[in-house]
Amino acid sequence: MRVPGYGLIDRDAPLKFRFDNDWVKGYAGDTVASALLAQGTRLMGRSFKYHRPRGPLTADSAEPNALITTHDGARRIPNVRATVQPAIHGLRTRSQNAWPSLGLDVLEVNDLAAPFLGAGFYYKTFMWPPKAWEKLYEPLIRRAAGLGALSGDPDPWRQEKAFAHCDLLVVGGGPAGLMAAREAAEAGADVILADEDEILGGRLTREAEAVDGRPGHAWAAETVAALRAMGVRVMPRTTVTGAYDGGTYGALERVSHHLADPHPDLPRDCFWRIAAKSCVLAAGALERHIAFPMNDRPGIMLGSAVRAYLRRWGVAPGHRIAIFTTSDDGHRTAADLRAAGIEVPAVIDPREDAPEGAIRGEVVGTSGRLGLTRIEIRPSGGGRRWIECDALAVSGGWNPTLHLTCHLGARPVWDETLATFVPRDGAVPGMTVAGAAAGLFSTAQALESGREAAQAALARIGRQHASTALPKADATPPRQIAPLDVRGPKGTRHRAWLDFQNDVTVKDVRQAAQENYASVEHMKRYTTQGMATDQGKTSNVAALAVLADATGRGIPETGTTTFRPPFSPVPISAMGAGATGAGFAPERLTTSDPAMRARGAPMIETGLWYRPGWFPQGDEDWRAACSREAAMVRTTVGVADVSTLGKIDIQGPGAAALLDFVYANSFSTLKEGRVRYGLMLREDGHVMDDGTTARLGPQHYVMTTTTAAADQVMRHLEFVTQCLRPDLDVALISTTEQWAQFSVAGPRARETVQSIVAEPVTDETFPFMACGPVTVAGTPGRLFRISFSGEHAYEIAVPSRYGAHLWRDLLARAEALGGGPYGMEALNVLRIEKGFITHSEITGRVTAFDIGMDRMISERKDCIGKAASRRPALLENREEMVGLRSLGGAPITAGAHLYREGDRPDAPNDQGYVTSPCWSPALGAHIALGFLRNGRSRHGEVVRMVDRVRGHQTRVEIVDPVQFDPKGGRARG
Amino acid sequence: MRFNILEIVRQGLSGNSGWGPHWRSPDPKPEYDVVIVGGGGHGLATAFYLAKEHGITNVALLEKGYLGGGNVGRNTTIVRANYMLPGNSEFYSHSLKLWEGMEQELNYNAMMSQRGIYNLFHSDGQRDAYARRGNQMISQGDDAELLDRAAVRRRLPFLDHDNARFPVIGALYHGRGGTARHDAVAWGYARGADRRGVDLIQNCEVIGIDIEGGRVRGVQTTRGAIRAKKVALVTAGRSSQTAAMAGLRLPIESHVLQAFVSEGLKPLIDCVVTFGMGHFYISQSDKGGLVFGGDLDFYASYAARGNLPMAEHVMEAGMALMPMIGQARVLRSWGGIMDMTPDGSPIIDKTDIRGLYLDCGWCYGGFKAVPGSGFSLAHLVATDRHHAPAARFRLDRFARGAVIDEEATGSQHNLH
Amino acid sequence: MRLTCPLCGDRDRREFYYLGHETWLDRPAADAPPEAWDAYLHLRDNPCGPTRDLWQHEAGCGAWLVVSRDTATHEIASVELAR
Repeated sequence: MRVPGYGLIDRDAPLKFRFDNDWVKGYAGDTVASALLAQGTRLMGRSFKYHRPRGPLTADSAEPNALITTHDGARRIPNVRATVQPAIHGLRTRSQNAWPSLGLDVLEVNDLAAPFLGAGFYYKTFMWPPKAWEKLYEPLIRRAAGLGALSGDPDPWRQEKAFAHCDLLVVGGGPAGLMAAREAAEAGADVILADEDEILGGRLTREAEAVDGRPGHAWAAETVAALRAMGVRVMPRTTVTGAYDGGTYGALERVSHHLADPHPDLPRDCFWRIAAKSCVLAAGALERHIAFPMNDRPGIMLGSAVRAYLRRWGVAPGHRIAIFTTSDDGHRTAADLRAAGIEVPAVIDPREDAPEGAIRGEVVGTSGRLGLTRIEIRPSGGGRRWIECDALAVSGGWNPTLHLTCHLGARPVWDETLATFVPRDGAVPGMTVAGAAAGLFSTAQALESGREAAQAALARIGRQHASTALPKADATPPRQIAPLDVRGPKGTRHRAWLDFQNDVTVKDVRQAAQENYASVEHMKRYTTQGMATDQGKTSNVAALAVLADATGRGIPETGTTTFRPPFSPVPISAMGAGATGAGFAPERLTTSDPAMRARGAPMIETGLWYRPGWFPQGDEDWRAACSREAAMVRTTVGVADVSTLGKIDIQGPGAAALLDFVYANSFSTLKEGRVRYGLMLREDGHVMDDGTTARLGPQHYVMTTTTAAADQVMRHLEFVTQCLRPDLDVALISTTEQWAQFSVAGPRARETVQSIVAEPVTDETFPFMACGPVTVAGTPGRLFRISFSGEHAYEIAVPSRYGAHLWRDLLARAEALGGGPYGMEALNVLRIEKGFITHSEITGRVTAFDIGMDRMISERKDCIGKAASRRPALLENREEMVGLRSLGGAPITAGAHLYREGDRPDAPNDQGYVTSPCWSPALGAHIALGFLRNGRSRHGEVVRMVDRVRGHQTRVEIVDPVQFDPKGGRARG
Repeated sequence: MRFNILEIVRQGLSGNSGWGPHWRSPDPKPEYDVVIVGGGGHGLATAFYLAKEHGITNVALLEKGYLGGGNVGRNTTIVRANYMLPGNSEFYSHSLKLWEGMEQELNYNAMMSQRGIYNLFHSDGQRDAYARRGNQMISQGDDAELLDRAAVRRRLPFLDHDNARFPVIGALYHGRGGTARHDAVAWGYARGADRRGVDLIQNCEVIGIDIEGGRVRGVQTTRGAIRAKKVALVTAGRSSQTAAMAGLRLPIESHVLQAFVSEGLKPLIDCVVTFGMGHFYISQSDKGGLVFGGDLDFYASYAARGNLPMAEHVMEAGMALMPMIGQARVLRSWGGIMDMTPDGSPIIDKTDIRGLYLDCGWCYGGFKAVPGSGFSLAHLVATDRHHAPAARFRLDRFARGAVIDEEATGSQHNLH
Repeated sequence: MRLTCPLCGDRDRREFYYLGHETWLDRPAADAPPEAWDAYLHLRDNPCGPTRDLWQHEAGCGAWLVVSRDTATHEIASVELAR
């Protein structure tokens, strides 16, 4: 029912939205819940376990009952709080967790079975017959569980993330927060003020509360305008969701939830990472419910919510609203309602000092299946009677909204006077708590503590300010008592709910204690108390009180469970914004990338880079293309882009010593103008990486790493130079992206290279493993005579800006000689034929000994990994690298295991495994590299390769890893 | 009291007032044959198997807080036996077999559900590594299936298979893997151990270990001294501190691992999916919450909470892999303290102090190991011989170089 | 979490790489006994409380840093260049 003259809604802006099959009328400024209540709809949801009919309990984000689904199709959003969702024109909303309809829900039958579905019942049954859990019981439970449903389609909503920095973050825009922001802004601090609500002011927008003689909401609006004028970043609709280390806060801004027709570029949410030098938490307080029999019917709501619906939205949630209160606030509700002309049939207050006019007593029963029709009261004088009403406003006292103070691990403290938990001092470094969040429940206290908190924050960041004047406001905080547990009349089976959504009742908590789940954490986990979408905001303190009573301990001794981030739930798409499609990781592209793609090469990802798999011609499949390219390199010439290999430029008097220290083998002995293969170990004695390093000058080396390990090696070198060998005068820089580098390999490689390089390229000027500066098509470049294919080969490097041109040019020259480009597949075949390793072999579990390179670990010097590589278990009975050749023509498959012929292929008989197989066009055989127990002494033996995941096996002969051109003449010649 | 449906009906009809405690709250006796330090999943399982398999019931389990309050109560509930390396392979294989009979053995429904695990791969290299692993699993007697692109598409239609960054090209499927209700595992073992006479003593912190002549004599606790012939330290998350009381320095660095649960949703994901490129894994609980997690925060920590960079990374990975979960809301996040070892594998071993045993170093894989670890440690404590499936989990393997390094990242603790 | 790089100033944790305890600075001599290497590579005091560990400002200046920090509270006492 709308109440004329009340509310901060815009009555000139009517709108309509759908709830299930009805069109609901509302006004701009309404929430879905306020508009539904205005038309008399109280039933908005169903509980999780018993499918009890439920209406809204709150008027805020802690709402446990009124959860709905909004939008259609892929845009569907489940579990939306109707109490927070702005009513927007044309919005589609639906009830959830009810079938066939909200009013008639088949699973309400669970409620009848409630005596058998108490705390932890499922741990005690569904075990017979043993198979039935997975086949029968669990599927039924899963189907019944859950709240709303996702659409199952990719989420099409646009989402964003952003960073912000400030001197002071003020969390909450009520009187305390506004005052804090004003104080800090006037001192010149850079302030962010975030509030969950659309309109700032907190309770001032929801109460009859005057500030400086004006309506509180008007004072709030003026203050917000003043703050904006001072440069304060005011962020309405923004929930600070988490406190993290170092003054970092997470915040969710609902950017366009309130817009009927948002601009397509607007995100739905923006997840902010706010780095704040200081913080004032002024998040207010949440009202407590009271545990009394059958306290969950639609129409029963918190008194603070009733006043909010009246003041903020001009809605009376009933025609006859009774009040049950253990706090002075209940009487405030009565006065507010009566002033608005709404009938208040009774105010029930059990406190001995209940004010005049109240009935001293308790509510001990209610009725009305889909909505409250009457309540039963038990006056303290004795007897019981029923009172007709269609709403009951319950006020059980306030709990400070101190959740953020717990996010770094601090537990709140029980305050006996306030009968509530208050934040622990210093719970979050850099944060001061103000107002109701600190247990200061009057407006005057809020204003003053807001100002003080800001002064404390300013002091922390070294700013000073003469205080601004405090506005006048009510200084009487409501008195409240500890949570009450109202027992029903003897002989009745009435239940009193604590956690509404999860259907946890007082009886469940008592049963948990009886079964010795007496620790508060055990009780929570056993009953699911506090694990619903409100994280226990509406129920934890009441549940604790019941547990404390059941175990005979006090509340402080019982303790609390903790609150963890987020304060209120955050869409995965908001915290994960930007990661769909290609957005999850950066893409690194070589200079030849467009040209390679233009040739139809499928691009394969390696360490964020994209490299070509093969270059198909006609209708070739990958095998055909790969074999053709490999044969091409062996017979004419092939060109490949090897720019993705890591390149580290190392200069200085200590360069040679550094390389000696990080490589197993020596580099100080390398002559200028020469290249050497290097094996790099981790300090634990296993192989980290390999590659070639060239000496360009007396104090100048260029190291090459594998593509995948480039970052790791760079970090390692930085560590060694800065931390282990600060004695060495050496400078490093990664130049991976500064140089484009191409391999030219094959019998006609020299011809190809010579045609583009100005200097003579001969066996004298550039013998095998030589390097030097050259002029490439008029541009300074570098030439390395190195080979990863076993062929006569070069790598030619130019500054990246010339890469695309050089690729085209080289390719044209190669093609003129009958050659062409080759991709990763062919490169792999060529290196397997030669027994060259990649990270398929040096997986990180492999030692130099395993790959037959232990003799490279120089005896004459110390190096990283040398000591640890001599640990006994790394030197004996190892799986050693071998070559494999298929007998009988069947392919060898990667990941297959090796067994002795005649052994059962069981784990205890395992002899090794296959790492890199291929069809070798040069050898006309299926060959591979692999590891075999003591394999170097087993060349010539035949073993069985078994690949059970592919249902394949074959006999293979153990051979030397170098299967093609074992003498190496082709690369040297 | 035996749990079954008839008992539930009987109790329900009489107002549920007849349920007794699931375990006693005894005061500590002055002396026990065995003291187990740590009332997490591993400690409780050890107590249970000591009593059941070895008839040793004069046992106290000492817990400084409440039973099951450590990582057994804060994990992503995944159970599996899909390891590649000898050592791990046989151990987790044994552990999974124990899982399969646990509920009947304990008469407690831990909701073990073998809903299957998919390890997705995105490149030929990853496929080959998974093939090697799958072959190891099968040769160990476990199940593994290498699925191609089409099969994964058919079975997991909700993934972004054609993801522009990391398209899904296949998966290793482990059908016997799945999930269980984590707390219930701890409670089930607690009830089972208690019923066999083990004293489960909560709020009893061990503050000293008494050692004389190279032999353990007992422990000092906040509830007084307790003598014991044998003491087992089963305190993952606090291993370094408890071991230090015995003068031991462990190959462990403690790290924080975050995990997340969403609001309840109708059934959506009926299996466990892991996304190696994003270090992301997800399943859906019976209550409907999506349970998911990722990698360590990477800095040493005992704070049992993490920070935003990793939390966001996990959400990003989720969005990259299955953009249908975008409007699911993260309800809670939490952090556990992980005993990270230099090879990512655990330690179940004797020490140089006679009668003192260690069970630690579970990294972030401790939950699925609960029954296996309890069984193997009970065997070691009872017989002083290593249980064969756990025989490689020696403390001296690092010094010897006999590491079991599944991640292949070497001796940097946080990289496993 | 934020660290103040002595060279770059106050930065978000995501710019930094974490290696481990500052033990990594005390590399044993080449001829040190195996026990020394075992201690260096594997064994850690692993304190719950104040510690000093090694981070690199990898996405910044590249400097390796020794951070004095509390593993129980994540409070950061100081950040110095590792040398």
